[in-house]
Amino acid sequence: MNQKNNNVILEVKDLKMYFPVMRGLLRRKVADIKAVDGVSFNLKSDETLGLVGESGCGKTTIGRCILGLYRATGGQIIFDGKNITSMPEKKLRGIRREIALIFQDPYSSLDPRQSAGSIVGEPLKIHQMVMSRREYKDRVEELFRTVGLDPSMIDRFPHEFSGGQRQRIGVARALACDPSLIICDEPISALDVSIQAQIINLLEELQDRARELSYLFIAHDLSVVRHISDRVAVMYLGHVVEICKSRVLYEKPLHPYTRALLSAVPIADPFVEETRERIILKGEVPSPLNPPPGCPFHPRCFMAVPECSQSVPTLREVSPGHEVACIRV
Amino acid sequence: MTELLKVNNLVTQFKTESGIVKAVNDVSYYLNELEIIGLVGESGCGKSVSQLSVMQLINAPGEITGGEVIFEGKNILKYRPHSPQMRAIRGARIAMIFQEPMTSLNPVLTIGQQLTEMLVLHLNMNPEAARKRAIELLGMVGIPAAERRIDDYPHNFSGGMRQRVMIAMGLSCNPRILIADEPTTALDVTTQAQLLEMMKDMVEHFRASLIIVTHNLGVVARYAKRIYIMYAGRIVESGTTKDIFSKPRHPYTMGLLKCIPRLDEEEGRKLVPIEGLPPNLINMPPTCAFLPRCSWKIDRCYKEPWPEITTVGDNHYIRCYADTSDVKNEPEKQ
Repeated sequence: MNQKNNNVILEVKDLKMYFPVMRGLLRRKVADIKAVDGVSFNLKSDETLGLVGESGCGKTTIGRCILGLYRATGGQIIFDGKNITSMPEKKLRGIRREIALIFQDPYSSLDPRQSAGSIVGEPLKIHQMVMSRREYKDRVEELFRTVGLDPSMIDRFPHEFSGGQRQRIGVARALACDPSLIICDEPISALDVSIQAQIINLLEELQDRARELSYLFIAHDLSVVRHISDRVAVMYLGHVVEICKSRVLYEKPLHPYTRALLSAVPIADPFVEETRERIILKGEVPSPLNPPPGCPFHPRCFMAVPECSQSVPTLREVSPGHEVACIRV
Repeated sequence: MTELLKVNNLVTQFKTESGIVKAVNDVSYYLNELEIIGLVGESGCGKSVSQLSVMQLINAPGEITGGEVIFEGKNILKYRPHSPQMRAIRGARIAMIFQEPMTSLNPVLTIGQQLTEMLVLHLNMNPEAARKRAIELLGMVGIPAAERRIDDYPHNFSGGMRQRVMIAMGLSCNPRILIADEPTTALDVTTQAQLLEMMKDMVEHFRASLIIVTHNLGVVARYAKRIYIMYAGRIVESGTTKDIFSKPRHPYTMGLLKCIPRLDEEEGRKLVPIEGLPPNLINMPPTCAFLPRCSWKIDRCYKEPWPEITTVGDNHYIRCYADTSDVKNEPEKQ
């Protein structure tokens, strides 16, 4: 990670994404699934922000809202100074050149009937980034080399590559338009342990080399997120409950959910494991269709008091750069 | 401590059109009473197949072609898979929990029907007693209002709840051994922690032994007493959990520990990936399968077949020719 400047590349303000639930003959709306309910954070250029949480907490939905794949129900997404929340589709296309996405599953996210080269090169054509056939070929070859693939494999098809190589193709495709923000949605969770490190290192190197590149790194694996991110936002049931520097996250987690989440991740060291605090949460994550009143975490919280069910706590800064949404800390 | 299970030189292979896949190749391990051991490896290394072989759940084109599985003093591989003797062991004396809680329960039978079936078949209980016992078991694994939930279908349960049902089912006949094959991989982190903790308590309560099959080094560091590391069908290193993590001796184990991010790592730590890919198990060369990815390789590795198991410490074994006793011996990278 090179020198940090303080340009905010992405600002998310009070983002809400509700999915309507339709029932009955007339498909009347009966309820909302509040997948994301009032989330705010910002991302500086060259920074990596990790977004962690368990399945259904809304982390992927946030990524999709930023890409404009979902139209947000409320709030604002400001990318590079422009509000893209309600931008018309045509204008959004130009923005999408700057925001790329790396998918979770390298097996289903590549078209099996398209050659690797054409998968990587397609964004170049769509966004008219190249002038000639020659330039197109050079650029695709360059992208292959950048992600550590042999350019002689350009004409091969996805099934001829291993999982790790496929994910490299996915990274090359994301890099094609020279984006300033890449949303990485669980980019390594489908890969084998010994291959995961290769992709993590590749992402880190690319950021070091790039002029300006930010990552929004969405994952459920806390140790991976902590490793790659500068800051981490922890999500629970559509809310961000804690944001802080990734170093602070392990050393001084404040929100009870963050503490439970950390203690649930076993560390590959039996000596450390002997003495670690273990918080075992009760019950399961409630349905976002019918979230509990007040703090979304209070029914499972080991620190809860009656006031916790009164109102939804908002993020407040407890020390510079460390924000927590809990009335007990 | 008495030895409960001993697997000697187990070989399981699959005959495919493109050649023979030796999924499990000369695998030996043992399990003591009341012990928790871990079997660790990446996908396709044969860890699941080795456990399915113990249970004799290998279907054609797979075949157990060698070795023995000594359980309570008898070689149970001598029994045919469908023999009454094997049926009395499978599910009752040795039980298994599978990775996919979504697909390992029958969707058209209620939880109660599936749980009581085991009790009626293996323990000759009458239906009323079996139902009572099933409710009790569901309560023990933490399913609230078990007497009501017992008549629900699997789709009424969440993933974590289904895996609880699987654990209840696994323990229903008081098995001596519970084999948990990636029991929590498909689940969320906090649910994982809940279930593993519960499983450990249950195994203690039922005085059973547990084999955890996983790719997660953290899980075995937390729960297992001893660990077996598998690569390409063979066990490449085994030892106590503390030895494996504090002084790993096989290059693959060392590589694994260096390439995983740790929650408590120093800032700026670089991961060292293991270069290359796990090998294709079809028609493997006789030399060590880790050789193409190994940073410790010596001339001998190319000339001789896969090394035999050698002792490198108290109860600590590896399959490797290189002298890995000191990190300084590692050859410089070209």
